[in-house]
Amino acid sequence: MSSISADALQVLALIVALALAYRPLGDYMAAVYSSKEHLRAERWIYRCVGADPDREMRWPAYLRGVLAFSLVSVLFLYLLQRVQNHLPGSLGFAAVTPQQAFNTAASFVTNTNWQSYSGESTMGHVVQTGGLAVQNFVSAAVGIAVAIALVRGFARSRTGELGNFWADLVRTTVRILLPLAFLAAIVLVACGAIENFGNWHDVTTLSGAHQGMPVGGVASQESIKELGTNGGGFFNANSAHPFENPSAFTNLFEIFLILVIPFSLTRTFGRMVGSIKQGYAILAAMGIIWLGFVVLMSWTEYAHPGAALQAAHAAMEGKEQRFGVGSSSLFATSTTLTSTGAVDAFHSSFTAFGGGLTLLSMMLGEIAPGGTGSGLYGMLIMAVIAVFIAGLMVGRTPEYLGKKIGGREIKFAACYILITPAVALVFTAIAMALPTPVHSALNPGAHGFSEVLYAYTSAANNNGSAFAGLNANTDWFNTTTGIATLLGRFLPMVFVLALAGSLGQQQPVPVGAGTLRTEKPLFAALLVGAVLIITGLTYFPALALGPIAEGLS
Amino acid sequence: MSLSSQSLRGTLRVTWAAFRALLVLTVVTGVIYPLAVFGVAQTAFHSGANGSPVRADGRVVGSALLGQSFDLPGKPGTPDPQWFQPRPSAAGTGYDTRASGASNLGPTNPALTKLIDSRRAQVAAFNHVAPSQVPPDAVTASGSGLDPDISPAYAKIQVDRVAAARHLSPAEVAHLVAAHTDGRQLGFMGEPTVNVLQLNVALNALKG
Repeated sequence: MSSISADALQVLALIVALALAYRPLGDYMAAVYSSKEHLRAERWIYRCVGADPDREMRWPAYLRGVLAFSLVSVLFLYLLQRVQNHLPGSLGFAAVTPQQAFNTAASFVTNTNWQSYSGESTMGHVVQTGGLAVQNFVSAAVGIAVAIALVRGFARSRTGELGNFWADLVRTTVRILLPLAFLAAIVLVACGAIENFGNWHDVTTLSGAHQGMPVGGVASQESIKELGTNGGGFFNANSAHPFENPSAFTNLFEIFLILVIPFSLTRTFGRMVGSIKQGYAILAAMGIIWLGFVVLMSWTEYAHPGAALQAAHAAMEGKEQRFGVGSSSLFATSTTLTSTGAVDAFHSSFTAFGGGLTLLSMMLGEIAPGGTGSGLYGMLIMAVIAVFIAGLMVGRTPEYLGKKIGGREIKFAACYILITPAVALVFTAIAMALPTPVHSALNPGAHGFSEVLYAYTSAANNNGSAFAGLNANTDWFNTTTGIATLLGRFLPMVFVLALAGSLGQQQPVPVGAGTLRTEKPLFAALLVGAVLIITGLTYFPALALGPIAEGLS
Repeated sequence: MSLSSQSLRGTLRVTWAAFRALLVLTVVTGVIYPLAVFGVAQTAFHSGANGSPVRADGRVVGSALLGQSFDLPGKPGTPDPQWFQPRPSAAGTGYDTRASGASNLGPTNPALTKLIDSRRAQVAAFNHVAPSQVPPDAVTASGSGLDPDISPAYAKIQVDRVAAARHLSPAEVAHLVAAHTDGRQLGFMGEPTVNVLQLNVALNALKG
């Protein structure tokens, strides 16, 4: 079988697996957020928290919960790293420096997982397992909670109540993420991912040299890293490292984990707003973009333009032999179209067009299918924009899911889509204008610019992958990318929750002859168009200076 | 009570709740969960959970999942003709598990082109084959810098050189390579591979 037909089969197998999980997982998640019952373990957690899970919150209270929990998380993770040298199982590593600890804390709490450190030489067992991996769970849960609050805003009428943040946070963690992550971790460890809490030890290799044997709770972190679209590698090499991703099967399995919740949430959405078909339309828009990008990425990576790749006869620089070009292209597309940022191959050595695609995938706002929760709310914001554009064309007040999209709603949506590009582009411009930051770039010319653009795009969109030639462990990059992750995560959430509150208070408008049928294929196509045009116009000049210039050179 | 002190109290209350939520979720997801995975892993998948150690001559010589260098004794960087050679590595000075990672050199970076050209010349000369016969994985550094595998094509061009260095028949070595070549998983996942360490362990056992 040729590589290309094998890759086509891989994509097909992935789609079948996602399709099989779609209904049961989507319906299960809808049931989780609609249930009136509390599990015994959850009651115990609520007692510890001192929160009443049945108390409904309006959007400001919900937002306060999100922000307070995230603030406490940043502080806790920061302190944990700063005192690492006093913790047991620190493997002899020193305390993380203040700038790097801030960057890492902000990055993991915002579901970004940008890493200016190298895991195997910086973080001990306690920080990895009790700090970073914990944020892999709860930052994903916060994202899903906010998405569910927005869905409730669409689903409910004449109330500003959006649910209870603590209940959503705890249920997401206990009923969805924990059981799935546990099963996935067992699959990974069965395939060779390590799970131990020993000390590094040297072995004498076959040829008589010495090699250290890495240790750590890798499988348990790897599963939630992918499932929660986090992406922070246990090791510097991330999912290219054989102990994180031992085989072609685990590679496909990890891609499945990345995609399964974001895609299935569209079913949850459809269920909760009372029309499965509305969920299908959102799913279709996500699926079309994802598949289109997979095809484009595979095509350019197999064609391998670029002098160095031509010299090698294939785009294998930065790629693992067991994955090859096809599996690496599939992973790269899936990790940047979600907010994951895990990598099984290094994007900086992809073709110029392929590297540009990873950038563009993030610039779309990570909505196809996007991060856990953030993908759904990002795409729903785009849907609001799309019905607004359609409404302008026919001269009618736009509606979506029976809710009027008036001036207030469109302002919230517009602010949402402006924040991330503003953060990414302004920071990039400042970094390029200053004398020092550009020294961090490894590669010359347009590719060096792409490294900086990639860093801020990745941070502002909470992706976390990198053109990793960039030396990001400087005071400048640690501070500014850390700030970019915080702005890119929490400012959009403010507008999502404000929009949810505004929608929830409305009285639903009955469907009329002139209502845009948002469950139809035409709307899915309109949505894809809106996503591509809005992003294209925003980022085209920056892309022209980076990957496009490099590709044409 | 003034409005601002009320809102301050509200903020303090929610922050205190957030702190307690974080602590209890840390216990659940940061202690109980990893210990549960650890328990199952160490009971049911002991070898894999501890790094898939490979033994030769009664001692552990590495991990089946991690590549290692096969250089001349005391001469790091100089490949030993007696062994099948792995891919180039950007991890430290080569296959350094404490510095996993890729070169990150860009597709149009002249430094990478130069590096690839020189690797091609070196691999061709070392194995006495034409430069055009050298496959892509032999001239490119992997993503992890710890890639345990090479392509069957790269193994194939090394057969004669290894056989000559060990005074074995090329047919015997070629047979060993065939036995250590893995096709795509389930026929369609990933690419065909040859695990270098396991091949070399088998080669070592032949005692030519």
